Amino acid sequence: MAGLLGKKKNREPEIPTSSMADIAFLLLIFFLVTTTIDVDTGIGMVLPPKLDENIDPPPVKERNMLKILVNEQGLVLMDDRPSAVNQVREEVRKHVLNCYANAGLECVSNRSEAPGKAVVSIKTARQTPYNVYINVLDEVWMSYFEMWDAEARRIGYRNYEDYVDRKPAEEENRIRELIKANISIAEPDAA
Amino acid sequence: MSKHFKKKAATKQEIPTASLPDIIFMLLIFFMVTTVLRETTVQVRTMLPSAEALTKIDQKRLVSYIWIGPRKLADNRIGDTGVQIDDALIEDLTTVRTIMYGKLVEQPKLIVSLRVDQKSEMGIVLNVQQELREAGTLRINYSTKRQVEA
Repeated sequence: MAGLLGKKKNREPEIPTSSMADIAFLLLIFFLVTTTIDVDTGIGMVLPPKLDENIDPPPVKERNMLKILVNEQGLVLMDDRPSAVNQVREEVRKHVLNCYANAGLECVSNRSEAPGKAVVSIKTARQTPYNVYINVLDEVWMSYFEMWDAEARRIGYRNYEDYVDRKPAEEENRIRELIKANISIAEPDAA
Repeated sequence: MSKHFKKKAATKQEIPTASLPDIIFMLLIFFMVTTVLRETTVQVRTMLPSAEALTKIDQKRLVSYIWIGPRKLADNRIGDTGVQIDDALIEDLTTVRTIMYGKLVEQPKLIVSLRVDQKSEMGIVLNVQQELREAGTLRINYSTKRQVEA
């Protein structure tokens, strides 16, 4: 019996490993082939849900609304003042952070009451070129990104991304809660 | 009895590995042949606009595309604005609603990526968006390129 046990020990069970490399290569090549490298980038938006015809849309106070109109020629009108596309960013900032104490802006009566209440409405004509619209929308979003970054820096993070990564797990996104990106795409006037 | 055991222990218990690479290559070639990288041919021109405020979509499987742009015709001419979903040009915009609703049922977290040519007019984009609202696919994404700083 003892001799039998000894024999078994000497047998040294081995799994053939020479094919492991081939399996690994196969997996590697499979993933190489199926993954597409270019990441899709774009400007994310959420459309408003379909309105019930019997219920009126929730009212927005006039002063909280920043109306941006873009016409066929790509000219921009902000709250009835003609302005350039590169002014949009600053205007949106001024509008949103109007009565926010930490922003150091004067509280003006014709701009928003609080960052969370501000709404930016973009209205285009039907003939407005798409890239002009995207430019304006981009400026509005960049304005919000910059505001979030500034707010994140104020509360001790490097930037907004850093805040999202390092904020306590149970904490709601405070910055997003404070400065809501309310961007509405208005229907063009029937013409 | 012990003689029998001795005999068994002496036989080599190895699987011949010489043919393994061949099997692997066969598998590899099978996958190479069957995987399809892109199944749609875009029939409209979509020169995307560029923007700075970009978000990335990591989960490709959530994304469904709508192409809007001038139709590509023969010999490099371009025609009227067309809307394409998957492989087909959409003639009647109300079908966008049905198609997108069907996709939403399959994938409730659907993101619709609008790949719109920069020269297109807003009218058609807004019409498509209206259809998307009807379908209930509210998460959209205006596909843009990264702006190169001048």
